[in-house]
Amino acid sequence: MVTGWPTLWNTVDNVFLFIIAISLVLLLGITATMIYFVVRYSRKRNPHAENIEGNTMLEIVWTIIPTILVLAIFYAGWKGFLYMRTVPDDAMPVKVSARMWSWSFEYENGRKSGTLKVPAGRPVKLIITSEDVLHGLFIPAFRVKEDAVPGMETYLWFLPHEPGSYDLFCTEYCGVGHSAMITKVEVMPEKAFAAWYEVKQPQKRSEGTSKHAPTAQKEKNYGVGARLAQVKGCLLCHSLDGTAKVGPTFKGIAGRKTVVVTSGKDREIIVDEVYLVRSLLEPQADVVKGFPPIMPSQKGILSDAEIKTIIEYLKSLK
Amino acid sequence: METNFYTYSGKHRGILAWILSTDHKRIGLLYLSSMFTFFLAGATLGILMRLELIAPGPTIMTAQTYNAVFTLHGVIMIFLFIIPGIPAALGNFMLPLQIGARDVAFPRLNLLSWWFFITGGLIALTSLFTGGGPPDTGWTFYVPYSIRTGTNVSLALFGVFLLGLSSTLTGLNFVTTIHRMRAPGMTWFRLPLFQWSLYATGWVQLLATPILGITLLLVIIERFFGVGFFDPAKGGDPLLFEHLFWIYSHPAVYIMILPAMGAVSEIIPAFARRTIFGYKAIAYSSLAIALVGYLVWGHHMFTSGMSDASRVVFSLLTFLVAIPSGVKVFNWVASLYRGSIQTDAPMLFTLGFIFLFSIGGLTGLINGALSVNIHIHGTHFIVAHFHYTMFGGTAFAFFAALHYWFPKMFGRMYREGLARVAWFIIFIGFNTLYFPMFVLGWQGMPRRYYDYLPQFQTGNIISTIGSWILVSGLLLMLFNLVRSISKGEKVGDNPWGATTLEWKTSSPPPHNNFAEIPTVTTGPYVFK
Repeated sequence: MVTGWPTLWNTVDNVFLFIIAISLVLLLGITATMIYFVVRYSRKRNPHAENIEGNTMLEIVWTIIPTILVLAIFYAGWKGFLYMRTVPDDAMPVKVSARMWSWSFEYENGRKSGTLKVPAGRPVKLIITSEDVLHGLFIPAFRVKEDAVPGMETYLWFLPHEPGSYDLFCTEYCGVGHSAMITKVEVMPEKAFAAWYEVKQPQKRSEGTSKHAPTAQKEKNYGVGARLAQVKGCLLCHSLDGTAKVGPTFKGIAGRKTVVVTSGKDREIIVDEVYLVRSLLEPQADVVKGFPPIMPSQKGILSDAEIKTIIEYLKSLK
Repeated sequence: METNFYTYSGKHRGILAWILSTDHKRIGLLYLSSMFTFFLAGATLGILMRLELIAPGPTIMTAQTYNAVFTLHGVIMIFLFIIPGIPAALGNFMLPLQIGARDVAFPRLNLLSWWFFITGGLIALTSLFTGGGPPDTGWTFYVPYSIRTGTNVSLALFGVFLLGLSSTLTGLNFVTTIHRMRAPGMTWFRLPLFQWSLYATGWVQLLATPILGITLLLVIIERFFGVGFFDPAKGGDPLLFEHLFWIYSHPAVYIMILPAMGAVSEIIPAFARRTIFGYKAIAYSSLAIALVGYLVWGHHMFTSGMSDASRVVFSLLTFLVAIPSGVKVFNWVASLYRGSIQTDAPMLFTLGFIFLFSIGGLTGLINGALSVNIHIHGTHFIVAHFHYTMFGGTAFAFFAALHYWFPKMFGRMYREGLARVAWFIIFIGFNTLYFPMFVLGWQGMPRRYYDYLPQFQTGNIISTIGSWILVSGLLLMLFNLVRSISKGEKVGDNPWGATTLEWKTSSPPPHNNFAEIPTVTTGPYVFK
């Protein structure tokens, strides 16, 4: 048997059905009694009411029975919760970093991925944090969820058994890209996962590339910049093909004449490097007219080197 | 003929006779009219959201607009409609009448509360059209997003701060009034149950709302001066905000539901022509709900990263608060036993309330169970649950109470047939709109989603159709009521044959409520 397999009362679905059963009995009982009384004691059938002020015995009974029921439900939920919070020793740890509006998963060997690839049959522990605002990691198929909180590590674990592809949502509202902050959990047969896991990732890491990259490397940096723009979520709001999305398009951005709103006043500027840096670090300082001032500051999220790389990349988008 | 409070001529004329009046009845109607104006705005936003969600992908608005729309829908419905709702509108009108007083304890403070309310409401709405555009944080204003977004959050927060101040002062006023202004002979256990609920609510308003006010001010300070209370990038703690926010906002749901339960406890005896079953149990359960309701806020944070031990404690307390609510439901149903029941519109809305609130409460048990909560937290299941309690619960009771006290407030009656038809449409529309959300949530559709995956479409289509049915019912109901203010048939002082003190004076009541302050010798629901 696989480790971490839940017992009867540990599964969310069973506790859910247990509560639904109790609730249905109560709801039907209340509703049926209510309708019966309304019909049976209608003014036509029963012109004279009887004043009954109470019945201590009855009232004690309908206080105690619900008390027992809710305590039973509490216990069932607690049991399942204990199971959810006790990570099996052999669980595979994966670090999750959430940001507006993408997920990044990092494995023990340093391998990174935008989808969560896991082997079937082995418990997985996700260690979750956020780079900017609150997010929530939710995998409905495995009944797990935990918020991603900046400056803090939270965790959850689950046992993927059937190979397949499952949805992973963000459930803590995080701005304009919230409902697009979706990725997949790819549960792979063990061998396929091992093969993927062992493959060396392309050496080019975004961090620090441009430091050692004089002009000869520039061409390659465009590739790195493109990847950064994708990974850091820029492209969720800024298109590359000239269409306006949530923000203005990246196409032909460098040198473009544009009207920005600076503290309530319109002014015309030409987009240069200084402006681009300011837009990344203080996006609310000059907002392109016609767009909402909602871009989050990238201060502390992009390194200086990454900013340089991205700006080089933007300049290349003619 | 004796003058009523409409024809009474005070210091001011015209509109000033209303907006400067310290008469609790006029202030109650000021709240009622401003609140329903806000309600219509909130409902319009709601129907636009549902229209957007009829199909995946962009339908009628952009993601940014959608986020602003659900934020405003929440802010308006919660802070401008359902929290002031029953207490500020009907409570203001009925509280002194039901205890045999001439006004509340602090009439000027009462007027000031309304001014804070209307100013706060207008400021919140101004944030739509000024600064960086409408707020897009959700009504919960979670940090660090609310600190970083460039939209007009600070102004909206300030508006809500004023609304909180208004609510606190109303609570103070009501608690004092019930303590000090009861008619001779009106002992605590002769108070109508609506008064017990207003009393419990008043304490919650008084003790919980200031925490919200301070928290919102901290966010404003952090936005303007960069002081790191909540943003971890500045050394703050986002969980601290969640705690402070819910320390108010969970008790706030009891501010919303308790007066609704009180109103229902008035209507049932009046329409069953018999005394309420278990008066003391209902009165004490109001206090129990108010008390335990303070200590359950953490169930909004079961997936927040809060410690596991606190999650368990909050789950246990959450289950305890379910017990007094259940007791109330049993008492209401038992109060129908051997009654002589007439199913007029107020009673129909009340029966609808019991059914829908039961669903809301029972699905609350599902939310309260820790392991199950993890799955449904932050999904449409929660959206369905709180609409069943807040709309199916509070708003249904509000509509019931509005029909019940309508002849008292205006001296005229609405059209009964039309009211029943409206009730039926609202009931059907409500369930069509919100029930599919339980299913969607269990299937895993997160809330506050502008766009969704194709597997969620069926439920969303049904829900959107429900929104059209619901809104037509609401419009029909409001049309019937508004029309009847001037055109309704005149009725006597006590058309329902109810027993509480407000029915002992004329309809509409005179400026001073009672020609002579009545002396109370029996409990509130003694039918001959």
